[in-house]
Amino acid sequence: MISFETPEILIQVKTMLHDMARDIMRPIARYYDEHEHEEAGELRAFAAIRQAGKRRKSKDAHKEKKEKKPTEDRIGANRISVAGAEELAWGDMGLMLAMPGNGLGNAAIDAVATDEQYERFGSKYCAMAITEPGCGSDASAITMTAVLDGDEYVLNGEKIFVTDGQRSEAVVVWATIDKSQGRAAIKSFVVEKGTPGFRVEKLEKKCGIRASDTATLVFEDCRIPRDNLLGDPEIKPEEGFKGVMKTFDNTRPLVAAMALGCARAAYEFTREVFEKEGIRVAYGRARIKQSAVERNLLWMEANLEVMLLLVERAAWMTDNGYPNNLEASMSKAKAGKYGNLIVQKCVELLGPLGYSQEYLVEKWMRDNKVNDIYEGTQQIQMLVIARRILGYGRDMLS
Amino acid sequence: MSTFSLDEDQRQIKDAMGKFAAEEMRPIARDCDEELNIPDDFLDKSWELGIVTNVIPEKYGGYEFGRSVLNNTILTEELAYGDLSLAMAALAPNLFVLPVMEMGTDEQKERFLPEFCGLSAKVGSLAILEYSIAFDVSEIKTRATRSGNQYILNGQKCLVPMADKAEEFLVVARASGAAAGTGIDAFIVEKTMPGIEVSEKEKHMGLNALSTHTLIFEDCKVSADNRLGGEGGFDYNRLVGCCRIALAAAAVGLAGAVKDYCVDYARERIAFGQPIATRQSIAFMLADMAIEIDGARLLNYKAAWNADQNYDLVRIAYLSKKYASKWAFTIADNGVSILGGHGLIREHPVEMWFRNARAFSMLEGMIIV
Repeated sequence: MISFETPEILIQVKTMLHDMARDIMRPIARYYDEHEHEEAGELRAFAAIRQAGKRRKSKDAHKEKKEKKPTEDRIGANRISVAGAEELAWGDMGLMLAMPGNGLGNAAIDAVATDEQYERFGSKYCAMAITEPGCGSDASAITMTAVLDGDEYVLNGEKIFVTDGQRSEAVVVWATIDKSQGRAAIKSFVVEKGTPGFRVEKLEKKCGIRASDTATLVFEDCRIPRDNLLGDPEIKPEEGFKGVMKTFDNTRPLVAAMALGCARAAYEFTREVFEKEGIRVAYGRARIKQSAVERNLLWMEANLEVMLLLVERAAWMTDNGYPNNLEASMSKAKAGKYGNLIVQKCVELLGPLGYSQEYLVEKWMRDNKVNDIYEGTQQIQMLVIARRILGYGRDMLS
Repeated sequence: MSTFSLDEDQRQIKDAMGKFAAEEMRPIARDCDEELNIPDDFLDKSWELGIVTNVIPEKYGGYEFGRSVLNNTILTEELAYGDLSLAMAALAPNLFVLPVMEMGTDEQKERFLPEFCGLSAKVGSLAILEYSIAFDVSEIKTRATRSGNQYILNGQKCLVPMADKAEEFLVVARASGAAAGTGIDAFIVEKTMPGIEVSEKEKHMGLNALSTHTLIFEDCKVSADNRLGGEGGFDYNRLVGCCRIALAAAAVGLAGAVKDYCVDYARERIAFGQPIATRQSIAFMLADMAIEIDGARLLNYKAAWNADQNYDLVRIAYLSKKYASKWAFTIADNGVSILGGHGLIREHPVEMWFRNARAFSMLEGMIIV
């Protein structure tokens, strides 16, 4: 049965995180944008609470995926995560990504770890390392190698654009165990900080999300226990990329929620500024009486509603045991693109106020752009969606 | 409770209406458009679906399966997937029945509802739209002047669906002297009353099969007993909201028809040795259609759910209609582009959908859930 009643647990999560985002993140957002790579000590108190919540949630998530039977109205880890991500991104995208314990690697662990692996890594702050200097969207082209030597894998290669690569306690790394066997041989491995042969090479300077570190990692004969391989160690050509790609079904709605939160912040700010100037939005007035600004604000409002619904649906599906590959990509494609269009339009509508560093809107425009790039670019989402609706494989559409 | 899946009833509605759309609507849609007419035979078949009689309470002679705005939204989308003109014709009686049922006085219900519980099709309609670039649902120009125990109506309404066949209309008018945005009432007007004139069938760019008419009121005297809801009036915002939700549902249905047709076409049409669907320029247009149809449908469901909870509809119904109508047209427009020259040839339905889809941005009150 269709219902849009907001469940109590989500109201609680959203209210708590919204207050913290407003009181803790917003006041320091500008400072850490200007002081790139400086660690935000203010987040520690915040992170402790979030960490407690996250641990509980992650355990549930781990259990939920074991329950095969689809349900209808379970509010699981994914719904809670996207609700939280929206509020935190509303506070500040950069600080949100810099928050200890909030790594994308954790999503991978939640999705595919065994009980034993979950015990070891579930509560660690884990970053995710996929991109290399020579490949981004085409993850099948990765060159980093993992060679089994006795009870250990030996890792060699370089990873770039690793969010939280500096501050995390461990990294989930994608590497091939046999380059000749293509994408099926790509596996993910957990590498803990301090493992010999693993070092952080440098930190990037970026357009936005400057509070979050983006690192280059180097692995030179880095030896890790063979049990650190996540998922199935066998190469199954017929399954291709499925194991490692499964993570995206969880993380794409999460990134979509972040785009939504950031866009909502800009929309709300813009609406307030215009209201102070006496410009109020009316629903359904004759076109002849609607100003261009009013039409723009209504367009934003409708799109924010749709973005939220697509995100909630994708998260609801995983929580209730439905495959959501198509819907996850839809949420990301929509929110990634329209999140940017909305923030960019806000900067335009606000004129000098939008462009000025006096306010945060210009920063939100810089911050939000990445949501349409990482975890699969806009164009990659469109490929995923188009293949699904056409019933095509990558041989037919690439 | 928060869920995105249809319940058993809703799945049945969807399947039954989808089947009707495929078997009874799609095959005749183009002919109806060309002939500017819908056969009575079709109205009888759609009547048998029970779209009207099912929602009317037993005490007035109906089947009382209960009405849910959400269920009707699902139904409307499926019928519009078949054909927009035919869907609007089939649903026209509800334009009269639903407001009377929900907002009429007991006396009004007893007088008018039993007529709609018969075995053969009966038509009623609703007149909201006026022929003006500045049309605004809150600033109706048609006037109702109170005179003793009567109201005297003066003004014009356009795009009144099925007005040729309808015997009763619900006419939205503003009380004389009422300030802008206030004093809006609806009156039950019978076609036989003096002072009402029904024009010839209007000619539009699209919706050709559907017969729509201009109603002209010249000192049309209506008993005060015919004022919807009696002395207390009625909830106009809810009426407009339920119409907007229906229009949005119809827009989603039409957009879905375009998308499915284009997906099939693009998989079959060969250019440069390959199906055109294998080209990103085409495939991405299709993906965009899929995203926006899902998005518009979810927003539409949310608006309908709000209506079923009796929440305020002003904002959500407007956003839903605005969003769905914008995308229905963009999708139909892209549909023509995907078919190329064939998109403009009347052999393909996309040409008709393109003309029909343009209507949504200006329609109000043509259909209700």
